[in-house]
Amino acid sequence: MADPAEPALSCAGVIKRYGDVLAVDGLDLEVRRGECFGLLGPNGAGKTTTIEILEGLLAPDAGRVRILGRAWGENDDALRARLGIHLQETQMDEKLSVLETLRLFRSFYPRGRSVDGVLGLLELDGKRASWVGKLSGGQRQRLAVGCALVGDPDLLFLDEPTTGLDPQSRRQLWALLQRYRAEGGTILLTTHYMDEAHVLCDRVAIVDRGRIVTQGSPDELILSIGAPHIVELAFAGREAAGSDHLQERIAALPDVDTVRADVSSESWTVTATALHRTLPALVRVAAEAGVEIETLATRTATLEDVFVALTGHQLRDD
Amino acid sequence: MTDARPVEPRHPFVEMTITRLLILVREPEMIFWVFIFPLLMALALGIAFRSPSETPVAVAVEPGPGAAALVEVLSAQESVEVVSIDAGATGAALRDGLAHVVVAPGDPPTYRYDPTRPESRLARQTVDDLLQRAAGRKDVWAGRNETVIAPGSRYIDWLIPGLLGMNIMGTGMWGIGFTLVVQRTRKLLKRLIATPMRRHQYLAAFVTARLVLLALELVALIGFARLMFDVPIEGSLVSLAAVSLLGAMTFGGIGLLTASRAQTIEGVSGIMNVVMAPMWICSGVFFASSNFPDAMQPFIQALPLTALNDALRGVMLDGNGLLANGPELLVLAAWGAGSFGVALRIFRWR
Ligand SMILES: Nc1ncnc2c1ncn2[C@@H]1O[C@H](COP(=O)(O)OP(=O)(O)OP(=O)(O)O)[C@@H](O)[C@H]1O
Ligand SMILES: [Mg+2]
Repeated sequence: MADPAEPALSCAGVIKRYGDVLAVDGLDLEVRRGECFGLLGPNGAGKTTTIEILEGLLAPDAGRVRILGRAWGENDDALRARLGIHLQETQMDEKLSVLETLRLFRSFYPRGRSVDGVLGLLELDGKRASWVGKLSGGQRQRLAVGCALVGDPDLLFLDEPTTGLDPQSRRQLWALLQRYRAEGGTILLTTHYMDEAHVLCDRVAIVDRGRIVTQGSPDELILSIGAPHIVELAFAGREAAGSDHLQERIAALPDVDTVRADVSSESWTVTATALHRTLPALVRVAAEAGVEIETLATRTATLEDVFVALTGHQLRDD
Repeated sequence: MTDARPVEPRHPFVEMTITRLLILVREPEMIFWVFIFPLLMALALGIAFRSPSETPVAVAVEPGPGAAALVEVLSAQESVEVVSIDAGATGAALRDGLAHVVVAPGDPPTYRYDPTRPESRLARQTVDDLLQRAAGRKDVWAGRNETVIAPGSRYIDWLIPGLLGMNIMGTGMWGIGFTLVVQRTRKLLKRLIATPMRRHQYLAAFVTARLVLLALELVALIGFARLMFDVPIEGSLVSLAAVSLLGAMTFGGIGLLTASRAQTIEGVSGIMNVVMAPMWICSGVFFASSNFPDAMQPFIQALPLTALNDALRGVMLDGNGLLANGPELLVLAAWGAGSFGVALRIFRWR
């Protein structure tokens, strides 16, 4: 075994170019043993490209990668035996059963978990004889994760393991991953669900356009934008709301951090450090300006807000 | 597999071969194209192209004075069958094979027939002889007849090895090439190389599963041909199996090559059709490749399916051993080794 202080995974200066597109633009990363690390970012941020470079499936144009203390190209089969990999878009053979698929993947690993054990862990015992083609989306995703777990990996890579799943299936998968964590496993996952990252990850890196914008624990990151509260409000009537004057006046209020109007100027987002002072002032300013507040809601900041604060654009289009 | 028994790990090669076979047999279309279709083809062609001697000469007589007398003479003969056709339908009757020759009464009678068709020329000759004898012609002498029907000379005997060759080509190309591209488009190949799986074992499992299938194919088609049409196998079964095996490996290699880079199902289907179509036509599946002009022969003889068909016919019809088919087997081996070699070099796992 390698030095336990050494990180499970590290990379530095990784670059990958597709024609004119710089998919990964000088990325540095370090994942400690036993931690769950999340790569967050919008579509096309370069998450899949990054994770596939780390998995040794894609050669970077530049940069250094070390996985469990080794580099790719030294003894790949031995290294692969210790990794569990879930790709974003694999579709297993539809005419094989759940059991047959797991057996097949288990046979590739010199040591690993028992197929029965994994079936239990996935809660797919009742489906062991069903063909993959007859499974629900959530069951297929669990099976895909199961195929990554069956070799009892030290390090698990998951590329968007819960995309497209309903909330219940997502929670089921989260529970599975937390169990793997509890047994000492290390996880690197990508997602564009901020709540998922918050629940699962010890640390996250926010990626945009092939670069890491920031990284840290979810709570740290939220604190780092300096304004834990978000006020979302909408004014009745566009002309009043469109006024720059109003935006400036709100920004000058006590404890207000930033003010952002969406493209149509219909809904506004205000970040604030102390709601009990900001809210009354906000209502007063609106009254003085003669505009009517149509809706007003407050919530605590999320990783999503961190992303918006740091990049100036939304994480997802929906 | 029962639910109670714990699942024991097996060797990856065994596991991969078993799953390949399971996927193959769970594909109903595959069963049809590999097993049923060639049998239907053999059945249809075997019945359609029975040897001419088994069918009587069909003759029609046009209406007119003296027609009744002609019909009477011809009807008395066993070797001809008098058919009636509609007035004015002579051309159509000849074209569709209802009548091989049409006689117009007169002195002398007129024979209407199609000299481009052997059965039509034969019918004219037969009917002419019969009518001349009936009119009083004396034969100078009657030769003694000795009929020799060489074993394996019927069309069906000739056809079966060709169908077998075509089937070996088809299943090799589709079974290996097509399946690989499907797995590539589903990102399954990429998923597999993300495990410690040995790549050569994976390809070897494909080939092994293919060979199991080949054995079943051979038994089905050859067994059917023997039972149904009594098609001979002059050479040894071992030679037949060996030639088929080499053929299956060769076309497996060519299938692998066509699939080594293709990224879409449409792409690989197109390539396969382009590769296979000339061989369906030129390599002597349904009619002899010697029908093509001499200038094309070197090209045709170099095609792998021509070599396979010639070797299969050599074993089944001429009773050849493997050595007698040496040149064909060398052509096959060269194609197989060449395409495997190139395919492994350029194969794309992603
Ligand atoms: N094979 C390829 N050829 C050309 N461009 C590519 C290729 N793969 C990825 N890209 C480009 O690289 C960029 C990063 O893509 P990547 O798949 O890594 O994003 P992602 O963060 O995983 O996105 P998503 O959330 O949609 O999965 C994108 O602009 C994409 O268009
Ligand atoms: Mg992706």
